[in-house]
Amino acid sequence: MKKTLLAVLVTLGPLCAETIVIQNATVMTVGSKGTFKGSVVVKDGKIAEVGEKVMVPAGATVIDAGGQYLIPGIIDCHSHIAGDGGINEGSVSVSSMVNIRDIINPDDIAIYRALAGGVTTANILHGSANAIGGMTLPLKMRWGKSAQEMIFAGATPGIKFALGENPKRSGNPQGGRGTAVPVARYPATRMGVEDVIREAFNDAKGYKAEWDAYDALVARGEHPLAPRVDLKLQALKEVLENKRYVHVHCYRADEILMMIRVADDVGFKVRTFQHVLEGYKVAKEIAAHGAGASTFSDWWAYKIEAIDAIPFNATLMMKKGIVVSLNSDDAELMRHLNTEAGKAMKYGGATETEALAMVTLNPAKQLGIDKTVGSIEVGKDADLVLYDGFPLSDFAKVQKVLIDGTVYFDRDKELVAQAAKEAEKKRLIDKEKASQQRTQPVRRPNQ
Amino acid sequence: MKILGILMASAVAAFAAGDVVLIQNADVYPINSAPIKGISLLIQDGKILDMGAKIVAPKGAMVLDVKGLRVYPGMIDSATDLGLEEIESIRESVDTGEIGDFMPQLRALSAVNPDSEHFGVVRVNGITGAVTFPSLGGRGGTGGQLISGQAALLHTDGWTWEEMEINRSVAMCLNFPSAGGRGGRGGGGGMPADMQDMLPGAVGAAGNAQRAVLDQIAKLNTFFDDARKYQKAKAAHLPGFHPDLKFDAMIPVLEGKMPLAVSAARANTIHDAIAWAEKQNVKIVILQPREIAKAGPELKAKNIPVILGRVLALPDNEDAEYDQAFTQPFEAYKAGVKFALGTFTNEFVRDLPYQAATAVAYGLPHDEALKALTINPAEIWGAGDKLGSVEKGKYADLLITDGDPMDVRTQIRHLFINGKEITLSNKQVRLYERYSGRQ
Repeated sequence: MKKTLLAVLVTLGPLCAETIVIQNATVMTVGSKGTFKGSVVVKDGKIAEVGEKVMVPAGATVIDAGGQYLIPGIIDCHSHIAGDGGINEGSVSVSSMVNIRDIINPDDIAIYRALAGGVTTANILHGSANAIGGMTLPLKMRWGKSAQEMIFAGATPGIKFALGENPKRSGNPQGGRGTAVPVARYPATRMGVEDVIREAFNDAKGYKAEWDAYDALVARGEHPLAPRVDLKLQALKEVLENKRYVHVHCYRADEILMMIRVADDVGFKVRTFQHVLEGYKVAKEIAAHGAGASTFSDWWAYKIEAIDAIPFNATLMMKKGIVVSLNSDDAELMRHLNTEAGKAMKYGGATETEALAMVTLNPAKQLGIDKTVGSIEVGKDADLVLYDGFPLSDFAKVQKVLIDGTVYFDRDKELVAQAAKEAEKKRLIDKEKASQQRTQPVRRPNQ
Repeated sequence: MKILGILMASAVAAFAAGDVVLIQNADVYPINSAPIKGISLLIQDGKILDMGAKIVAPKGAMVLDVKGLRVYPGMIDSATDLGLEEIESIRESVDTGEIGDFMPQLRALSAVNPDSEHFGVVRVNGITGAVTFPSLGGRGGTGGQLISGQAALLHTDGWTWEEMEINRSVAMCLNFPSAGGRGGRGGGGGMPADMQDMLPGAVGAAGNAQRAVLDQIAKLNTFFDDARKYQKAKAAHLPGFHPDLKFDAMIPVLEGKMPLAVSAARANTIHDAIAWAEKQNVKIVILQPREIAKAGPELKAKNIPVILGRVLALPDNEDAEYDQAFTQPFEAYKAGVKFALGTFTNEFVRDLPYQAATAVAYGLPHDEALKALTINPAEIWGAGDKLGSVEKGKYADLLITDGDPMDVRTQIRHLFINGKEITLSNKQVRLYERYSGRQ
């Protein structure tokens, strides 16, 4: 059994990192070299050389990408895939003790589908049921690897906050379903959401003071009794220490501004506003705070807080000086973030590079991983996507995806595998049908 | 800012309904024939009066020179809730999904809100026509309807629903009973089709589900039988005949004048629906089929058109090909099945051309994608003589663009619906303009 499993893994698993030269591609670097026709050399999982003409190292695998486009791996700043079971701990208003890290399911097929859509890194978040939600972290879409191996090494972890309709839904007696009268959970209003966040940080500051005092004594060589560890407050202490990024789910301008003022008062920075559909209304304030904005291209009207959403949101915020990314929040949308970026060209006139940056370099900046991913630069991780046409248009499709210099998706191989998989499925179903015919009891009338 | 400039310019240049308009120097993409460069189009009374190389502007005509731009027929979304649903999560703003299993007398058209913000949003992206359904697969309301009412084909512009109407009753909507999940809205639900084939007939929950399907089909047959009896009684002018609104609504269906729009996702369900329709001797259009490769030959043989669901959708099952939904239009084309595209919601209507472009990326010929957005839906919905191509005598529903309408980089520069130039603005553009100016 073990042997078979190993054999399967070897067959399905991606090729090991090797030296690869991708030639004759239109390379959209979203970096210092702009867009050019030429080659990229991949070595030891990193981008080793980028240029119009490069020397092909001995023994390198050459991919002729004539007529094709090469872009940096797509980064989704807001995804809920790869979670094992629910991602909402909705029983409490502050659930900062729970962590996505504990429920990663590396076998979620959505990972492979995202990969096939050019996504190489995704920020996996807790749901939006709580004003302060769970801890989050980015994953690389290393399909076939273990949960541990998918974690983006060295990335600053995050925490999800949520404002507006979702966190107050549990407090609304009409929001519940079923026969039993639902127990109202504070908060039920936007006012309450603000209070929950302020109260939590009030506690966190007290907690931090206890630990700071303890740490100071330890530093002086004393041996005091350590304060009690509180996992809920520990995560918020890390926010106060700038060791954990705050990603805030939000829609309306009022709640975005509220969050900025709360963060100012408490003394932390919001790393990103997520969804932020009315971000364009308070772009000035978001820019001044220094937060990033990660939004949808054109979703709207699915609920009342999405009624003033405009497809120009991304470009308008960008023009006001905000680092803007486009995210999916959805396993389907995640598969074509490249064309979501294309819409930034249509709505508001972003350039090709500005648009592409919204799904590559900008989300990398927002997640604090832009030193290693997000653009095609020498020394960065070889996370690359090859398209058969202009990658911001829907006419293009993904041909190959590399993560750390390893080919994790190859459409040609996928097509061959599809046929084999179909045949195998048919064989198994036929076998099952045959066995059922043998074992099924004779049916009698009125049975 | 460039866009704003264009928008303002067009607002100033907008022509009113009833005006005579001469569009000059147009590169026309008629759809049903090869593109013709540099010709003129004369529009009067909402229709294309003439098109050709040399048309002299009639006295008083407004002249629009579109040198370097392209003219396409307006695009049609074959499955929407437009006008019936404003905000998905707010029931008070949703008018789809009435109570009752058999509700053929309901008409979507007269509940269409012409001032819905959705119309402004979709038409600036070139969607000039749409089919609005009383219920898309049982969303809203009770969700258990079999026959939910009459779908309407409408223009996406007009002062009233009467002015928007192209055909108030293009189809009667039927949710064909099936045991599996619908696999419609992004798929994902339900049991794999192959597994359903294996369900033992009378065992456990699966058996119950199958019995429920048979019960529903029996109810459906009874309803059709009753409708036929009514039809005969009415024709015979029997004494004591009392009109029945439900059965009256069914008569065009029974006469073969109005098709049934049948929601059926899986190949088995499609097959069952076709067999049932043949027995009932009614015309059908299949909505949101998901196993075209399997169902294609029969659909082609029986000449049954389909409205494909969103191309940008997840595979139905965990083990389905990642590109299953992307390739459905190509599969339909290969099978020789006539098809159009529908987005089956309001939110994605404006992305209809991009859904078509995805189908092109995964094999569908470019021209066939354009047809699926224009002439195919027009013909499927019985309006092939009125719209779907740039031709003399048809509605002047026209896009004037700087490129291929399926390419996201393309901007629409002028838009005509029913011969009237439409200002390329809406609530979202107004918010954009207002907040662009915030210092």
